[in-house]
Amino acid sequence: MVVFDKPHALNDIPFHYCPGCTHGIIHRLVAEVMDELGIEGKAVGIAPVGCSVMAYNYFNCDMIEAAHGRAPAIATGVKRALPDSIVFTYQGDGDLASIGMAETVHAAARNENITVIFVNNAIYGMTGGQMAPTSLPGQVTQTSPYGRDVKQCGFPIRVCEMLATLDGPEYLERVTVNNVKQIRNAKKAIKKAFQNQVEGKGFSLIEVLSTCPTNWGMTPQAALKWIDDKMIPYYPLGVYKDRTAAAAAVEKEEN
Amino acid sequence: MAKCKLTFKTDNCKGCGLCVDVCPKHVLALAEDQINKKGHHPVVAVNPEACIGCAFCATMCPDCIIKVEKGE
Repeated sequence: MVVFDKPHALNDIPFHYCPGCTHGIIHRLVAEVMDELGIEGKAVGIAPVGCSVMAYNYFNCDMIEAAHGRAPAIATGVKRALPDSIVFTYQGDGDLASIGMAETVHAAARNENITVIFVNNAIYGMTGGQMAPTSLPGQVTQTSPYGRDVKQCGFPIRVCEMLATLDGPEYLERVTVNNVKQIRNAKKAIKKAFQNQVEGKGFSLIEVLSTCPTNWGMTPQAALKWIDDKMIPYYPLGVYKDRTAAAAAVEKEEN
Repeated sequence: MAKCKLTFKTDNCKGCGLCVDVCPKHVLALAEDQINKKGHHPVVAVNPEACIGCAFCATMCPDCIIKVEKGE
């Protein structure tokens, strides 16, 4: 009996990611969910700019490469033109939270029926480790060699909390992939996000805290620990918005 | 105990060692005497009889190189 094998929705191509980068785990989870829901044939993925720019090579479904940060806008167009397709974007923090912030916020506010996988690793990976909107206060990066100074550079943006203030989005959750238990939770969250779209509920965003061992200057093992020690205290895990569950709770209370 | 079988796509291994750390039975190790196509020390099963087929290694592997089979 096969206990574990590469999901069908993932092409048989080696990832270009650095050793120990958890992008590969998140790619696999998305592909496993596509397999389980049987949506590979009608899925359309939107690749971002950043480390995961070549995600279109790895997924065995239709893929479109978006201009920097514009993945939710393209996803909106695809979903409106082809309502039967299952549209997801796969974006990093430099793409989604920096140049693409406007597209993200407005797609959420319009409650577009799309799924967004947001990979937050607190740094710009592809360009060599510059400070990102999600870099932690005091975090040393190429462009903040003395640590992020919040007086000069401002504070990190908590995307899930910010979007949760909108009435639009259906489902917002923050997960991580730094151990086996968290990977299983992350898969459940990603599956729910796709399921919401299949059921036509609307905008779902899953923020995944990810590692960048190369640009953090750590071993892959130390990077996983750094998520527990530094990132989770600043970016608490959990469900930030679940409109269906909230509505069910209100209905239960009224009865 | 059912016999478990691990298969590795050795040439795709980047030697990050996340699978080695997560294995509860210490089945895996990085092969210090081997170098794969990518130039890394790939993972090998040094103690395959101890494998219980939990697939923690495959769950943690960022490069999807491990296939886990259990029983017949």
